[in-house]
Order: sequence, then C-alpha cells, then structure tokens
Amino acid sequence: MIIRVKVNGRLYESDVEPRTLLAYYLREELKLTGTHIGCDTTSCGACTVLLDGKAVKSCTVLAVQANGREVLTVESLDQDGQLHPLQSAFWEEHALQCGYCTPGMLMASYALLQENPMPTEAEIREGLSGNICRCTGYVNIVKAVQSAARTMADKTREALGEVAASGTATD
Amino acid sequence: MFPNAFRYEAPTSVDEAIRLMTEYGYDGKVLAGGQSLLPMMKLRIAAPAVLIDINGVDDLRGWREVDGTLRIGAMTRHAELEHSAELREQFPLLSRTARWIADPLIRNRGTIGGSLVHADPASDWGTAMMALHAEVEVRSPEKSRRIPIDEFFVDTFATSLEENELAVAVHLPAPAGPVAARYMKLERKAGDFAIAGLAVHIGLGGDGLVCDAGIGICACGPIPLRATKAEAALIGQPLTDETISAASKLVPEDADPTDDLRGSAVYKRDLLRIFASRALREIAEELHGKVGIQ
Repeated sequence: MIIRVKVNGRLYESDVEPRTLLAYYLREELKLTGTHIGCDTTSCGACTVLLDGKAVKSCTVLAVQANGREVLTVESLDQDGQLHPLQSAFWEEHALQCGYCTPGMLMASYALLQENPMPTEAEIREGLSGNICRCTGYVNIVKAVQSAARTMADKTREALGEVAASGTATD
Repeated sequence: MFPNAFRYEAPTSVDEAIRLMTEYGYDGKVLAGGQSLLPMMKLRIAAPAVLIDINGVDDLRGWREVDGTLRIGAMTRHAELEHSAELREQFPLLSRTARWIADPLIRNRGTIGGSLVHADPASDWGTAMMALHAEVEVRSPEKSRRIPIDEFFVDTFATSLEENELAVAVHLPAPAGPVAARYMKLERKAGDFAIAGLAVHIGLGGDGLVCDAGIGICACGPIPLRATKAEAALIGQPLTDETISAASKLVPEDADPTDDLRGSAVYKRDLLRIFASRALREIAEELHGKVGIQ
C-alpha cells in the first residue's frame, strides 16, 4: 500500500506492506535508526515517537496508520548540529548509561513539555511511566527534564524580550 | 515481531465500516486504538485475515449530551477522557479511571470502545462502566441497539456483540445531584493491569441520602463484575461509618477472584473490602465534609 508520511518535516512516499509496524518503517525504510526497538511488546517505550503531536509507541502502530499524518522522531530534536535543550540536559545531568532507552525518554519528555512546560516531579514521573530504563534509574532523568524545562522557559522569555525590545510586537 | 499478513481496510464512515464487517464476517477484525490487538497480533495470538481500521471514522470521536445521557464516541481516546475538564464535575469517574489505564503513551492511542469490546476481565473501562450504569450503543446493517453494560460482557474476551455489530458509543446517564467517584487499583508495576481494582460512583439526592450507587469490580472474575449487594446496601442511606463499613464488607461477596502468582483469592477479596472502605470514605468527605463519618 502506498503511504505518504511527513517525517521530521520531510515528505516520504513509500510502498509498505500493511503489517509493517511504524517503528520498523522508520528504522528500515527511512533509515532513521534513532527510534529503538526494545521490548517490542508495548512496554518499554524505547520506540516512542510523536504521531500528529502525540507520543505513541511506534512498535504498536502500523506504518499504514501514519498515512497522511506527521511523525517526529528523535532525529528531529537537534537543530543545525545544536543539541536540543532536552538532549543537553540529559548530557549535563548524566541521565543515561547505556543510552538505549534515551531516544524514547527524550521524545516522551518532549511531548510532556509541549503540553506542560513546567511539570512537577510527580508529573514528570507520570509522563515517563511508559518508558523503562533498566540501568540508570530515574533520578537523573527527572532532573534532566526539570533542567530542560527551565532552559526552555528561559529561552522563551528571552525570545519574547527580544520581540518586545525590537518593537515588532503587534499588540 | 511481525503480525501475520492481512488485508488492510480503512473506512471513513460508520456505514462503510459495517459494510466491510458484513462482507468479511469472521475473517475481519476491527482495529480501534490497537493497544491490545496489535500486541496480540505480533505474538500471533490473533491472526485476522482482514483488519478494518476505524481510526479514520471521525463520527466515532468525542462526546455530547443526548436525551439526558452523555454519549461518548467509541474512538474517543483514553487521554481525551483523562484530561477533559468539562466532564469532571458530572462524571468524575472518567478521568479518575483513565489515569490508571496503562501509561500516557498508550492512553494517547487506546480508545474506550476498543477497550470495552476487547472485554478483558481486568478492563479499567469495563469496571468503570459498571459503576456508571452505562449502555453500549451498537450498529449493524439492519439496526441500532443499546446493550446495558451488565449484558455486554459474556465471558473473558467475549461480548454479546453479533458478528456484524460495531460498538459506536457508550451512553452514561447524567446525574441529577452531586456525585463523587474513586477508582482504586493495585498493580504490580506502573501501568500494569490490575491485581484487583474497584470503581465507585455515588450520587446524592436532595435529602443527602445515596440515590445512585455504582460499584464495579476489576480483575476478580471472568468479566468486570458488579458489587450488587453493596450497591443495594447503600441506596437510600446516608454515608456514615456504619453504612460504609457494612457496604465495604459486602463488596467481596460479589467478586470471584482466583489464586494466582499475584495474590491469593482471599487477599484479593480483602483488597476489595479495603478499597471500598477507602473509596467510600473519601467520597463521603468530598460530598459531606467529615460530618457524621468520624
């Protein structure tokens, strides 16, 4: 079946077998191997991507279900070689050891911060409850998300300040 | 892990979905949120020849009031019910239940209709729908009908739906007075199915007495069960220490748990009693303040 999917801002047209899972489509067809397959049973969240803005486990969505929709993978986070604040925070806070689960953690955290820019620790833990890390534990991961939230809020304030200072605000 | 090969159909209307179900019969399987069906297909526990994906049927999404009931479309996702502020006052059990279903990623995808039709005995929605006295609206080429939730679950993973019937919505009676609800669940790890769970929905009349009592039992029988005796004991009563204690002791009498690796039947029965007591106390506090239930 022919599907047209926008992945990380780029439109792809592919002929896929209906039973192809989105995670495998991203990895094997589009070679976007940042999306990891961990448990393959909808438990671990290593395969988390955003489908039309919502975090989903891509091992439990068919590629054909992404037809006409938009997908964001971990490859979308960095901009021009600059790490996303979430990625920097994971680095700074030592929020990973083996790193296998990290792409899923990043995408679940990204989705969380889109909906709730300043989550409490409890909200972060709840937001990441579908993502399993088996070597680090969650303390540093939670710290990293908190740190990234602060950085992103500062950046937003700076951007708003610049707009105000340059006099281009319309109201 | 790959599912078996199947033919994929993506209808965009209810009529088209039902036509495809009629055409393919038992070869066809409806795909809603897919959070149970796709894992089962990957493990080859399920191997439908045709998958009828109803994610593109917009008519099945969202909710509205119809003749004194809240009609929730079958494809409404768990997360939408979890986060809806507008439903919280009249139907607090919806968000309280939704937040216990699996994890946020699965809740973004899974649907209330898919969950009910899957008919898992540990279904959080099945249990909550018991407490809310829901009816499931189903459509076939010939007719539309509403199935009371007590007649909907037939056995584990089996409902009273006919082969070409599509569950299109659930209807919840709108409460007349103040209501409060709790969903209590013991799980082995975050996002797991329940070892035992309980949904409690209480409505009060103008006289302060219980006029609506709904108690659903999760994972303690082949289907979600109703704590009939406890409900009857509460109707017409005030929520006091005595009535709460008496009703809580009756809840396990309608449960049918089994011994398994997660706990003995005796343990699960006792959990239900404790859950009922906690839930009813919290509900009483919410509805009355602490007066009369010291």
